Amino acid sequence: MTTEQRIGQVANYVDERTGAAAWMKKNLQKVFPDHWSFLLGEVALYSFVILLLSGTYLTFWFDPSAREVIYEGSYAPLEGVQMSAAYASTLHISFEVRGGLLMRQIHHWAALIFMASIVAHLMRVFFTGAFRKPREGNWIIGIGLLTLGIVEGFLGYSLPDDLLSGTGIRIAEAIIQAIPVVGSYLSYFAFGGAFPGEAFIPRIYIVHVLLLPGAFLALITAHLMMVWYQKHTQFPGPGRTEKNVVGYPLMPVYMAKAGGFFFIVFGVTAFISAVASINPIWLYGPYTPGQVTAGSQPDWYMGWLDGLVRMAPPLETYFFGYTISWNILIPGLIVPGILFTGMALYPFIESWITGDKREHHLLDRPRNAPNRTALGAMSITFMLVALINGGNDLIATNFDLSINQIMWGTRIGIIVLPPLAFIITKRLCLSLQRADRELVLHGRETGRLLRLPHGEFVEVHEPISPEKAYLLTSHEQAPALALPDVDGRGVKRSGALRNKLRSRMSVAHSEAVPKVSADDLKEIEHH
Amino acid sequence: MSNEIEAIKDPGLPAHIHRKADHDPVAAKRAERQVAILFGISSVGTVLLIASFFIPEDIFIFVPVMGSQNAHQLGLGLGMAISLFFIGMGAIHWAKTLMPDQEVIAYRHELRSEDVDRKEFVVAVKDGVEASGIGRRSLIKRSLGAALGLSALSPILLLRDLGPLPGNDLKETSWKAGTYLVTDPGDRRIRASDLEVGAVAQVLPESDDPEHRKLNDIAKDAVLLIRLRPEEFNLDAERLSWTHEGIIAFSKICSHMGCAVALYEQQTKHLLCPCHQSTFDVTRAAKVIFGPAARPLPQLNISVDGEGFLIARTPFSEPVGPSFWGRISS
Repeated sequence: MTTEQRIGQVANYVDERTGAAAWMKKNLQKVFPDHWSFLLGEVALYSFVILLLSGTYLTFWFDPSAREVIYEGSYAPLEGVQMSAAYASTLHISFEVRGGLLMRQIHHWAALIFMASIVAHLMRVFFTGAFRKPREGNWIIGIGLLTLGIVEGFLGYSLPDDLLSGTGIRIAEAIIQAIPVVGSYLSYFAFGGAFPGEAFIPRIYIVHVLLLPGAFLALITAHLMMVWYQKHTQFPGPGRTEKNVVGYPLMPVYMAKAGGFFFIVFGVTAFISAVASINPIWLYGPYTPGQVTAGSQPDWYMGWLDGLVRMAPPLETYFFGYTISWNILIPGLIVPGILFTGMALYPFIESWITGDKREHHLLDRPRNAPNRTALGAMSITFMLVALINGGNDLIATNFDLSINQIMWGTRIGIIVLPPLAFIITKRLCLSLQRADRELVLHGRETGRLLRLPHGEFVEVHEPISPEKAYLLTSHEQAPALALPDVDGRGVKRSGALRNKLRSRMSVAHSEAVPKVSADDLKEIEHH
Repeated sequence: MSNEIEAIKDPGLPAHIHRKADHDPVAAKRAERQVAILFGISSVGTVLLIASFFIPEDIFIFVPVMGSQNAHQLGLGLGMAISLFFIGMGAIHWAKTLMPDQEVIAYRHELRSEDVDRKEFVVAVKDGVEASGIGRRSLIKRSLGAALGLSALSPILLLRDLGPLPGNDLKETSWKAGTYLVTDPGDRRIRASDLEVGAVAQVLPESDDPEHRKLNDIAKDAVLLIRLRPEEFNLDAERLSWTHEGIIAFSKICSHMGCAVALYEQQTKHLLCPCHQSTFDVTRAAKVIFGPAARPLPQLNISVDGEGFLIARTPFSEPVGPSFWGRISS
């Protein structure tokens, strides 16, 4: 029997029951463009699979219960100590289950890699403009996944009920409690009474292992189906247009590459987990509200939030006997709310500014969208300053600084540095555009000096390839929106302020160094 | 739309450069061997994993750079890493050297449906809505809306028993007038003389059942005792009367977000919360001198009983721990 016949037999069985052959035939040859930055989202997907596998393993031994037990395991320093069953079972996984510690570390490292790759993927999508029509919906799903990831990660490292994670829960409880009017009620409902109670660990366990993973699966499925259906974006270059996709077919090249990449991500995660200890909960001891570890740090993706809370000014308002804790509400709820809402709405804001309602499948080079790139740099700067303050105690200890200096530095920095980053980045982008223009007009500097007959030294420039010239000039430079204050009959249009704002932003958005046209080149040749 | 001036022309996809393995059978054979070697290394990793599973857990080996390592843990981890990583390396090397590397072009189709379909869709929806009569029959529309809205109440109601209402719980602690201060850990009563000047101690209210203290109680009851020289205080007369021979007592639960305010700096007499670095001045009744906390730590009014043991003279005069909406209201 030939290979074709054998495949045919299986295919026949399936196809007669599903009619899948036509669809499969088309999609096995689906073309995916190749670029290293397209792997970032893949890393996130594969870490999620690793999290599911390692997490399921951990559930076989983990006991999500706040029930008090006396520790009798093999870790001598905690012998006879009173602790929750959750903490005791985590110790059991770490010390008695063979491979248990490795799996715990894989689970925790994979969670950090998951969040890091989501953020990196988000930046790639943002800076290349991949979120533009028709992909706004997928962008919003992505923001949803990022948000869920932060919550899921926090719940995950809270489960072992060690001193560090208990402190984290205490802080989360204080944020809930600070919500005006209903805060203390919400806290009592969430915790089944006063903090810490015995209900919280089992409750967050079911959210962590069932509810949120379910939501993840649904959202990731939708995310990938959209990518599949709308086809992947591609970087600009010769032969690549808005109407085509240039790349490799799913079968066999992409299957081998993507499948192989899963094993690489898993292997690297296992390697890190083999050599680098993470969250050694046995060193922290069981949670008790009267104690705390010095240098309390959340995982990095919560660090910016903690940094914001640390730098908040000590503001509380009292009126008619009620208290509003601005020092908790602003950094804990209001600022993150604005950041994430703004991020989710950004595709619509940009399209409103540019008036561009067309589909985009070719990516932008970040320098060719200076305003957007500068905005991204500004947001990253904001987050970094907050993150630095989240580790201010460790920075103070390690670099011999005073915590007060760091705190004041970041308090001022978070207001001053982001706008500065915006201005610098925008100037950099425009300079890079100017450099591109130079390159196309005058060619590449060869480093060869030529002495002219009359003694002058000149550097020899070499023309760049037509492919490169095309790449550097193929982007679109849309003019700013023309939004006159008055309509055709000289009557003032409604929403004047809105129009003014929009045209101002549109002018800022379209600022660019004019790209080289074919006419420019011809003119140069005549010289 | 943007440029009337002529743009530089698209030269099209660059010519494909063939790899050595594409036309040289020797190179192809070599690539095949390389892939097989990579897969082979993976199998070695799995063998290492299996062997490590049976290494006793108390054997430590010295690894340069990393120091002393548990052989069992390290072997398991490295075995797994090698076994997985090299499967991936093999597959990708295979794809890069032996599978076709000529880029192919597929075409995009506009996502938008045909105009006819779009029109028919609108008509179908309109017909459907009309056929149901929901637009005309407002009685149905309103009663359905009311029914759906009401039914949404049931989950809220069913979730009511997630927890009790806070009531006065957040405002009360176990400290009563006359409660003895006892050490934590140890649960021994304390005399003023037990505490040297400059010393600090964590105390709890004396309990009938010290073996089984509830975390819920500790979360509100934990108190720090600090002894200074009485002249070091900078307090008003009332607060000074709450101290005893230079011993002052504060709630250990941070007034910002409830962490344990555990760091005491003897030189400056500052208390620092390690979570968000709120800093309190002990000499001035735990006034906030730095950080995000808005309120001082509540001070406990202490004294001694007839035998010289420290007691609370009154309960806390205000709720301890982080703020909440109804904190000050009666």
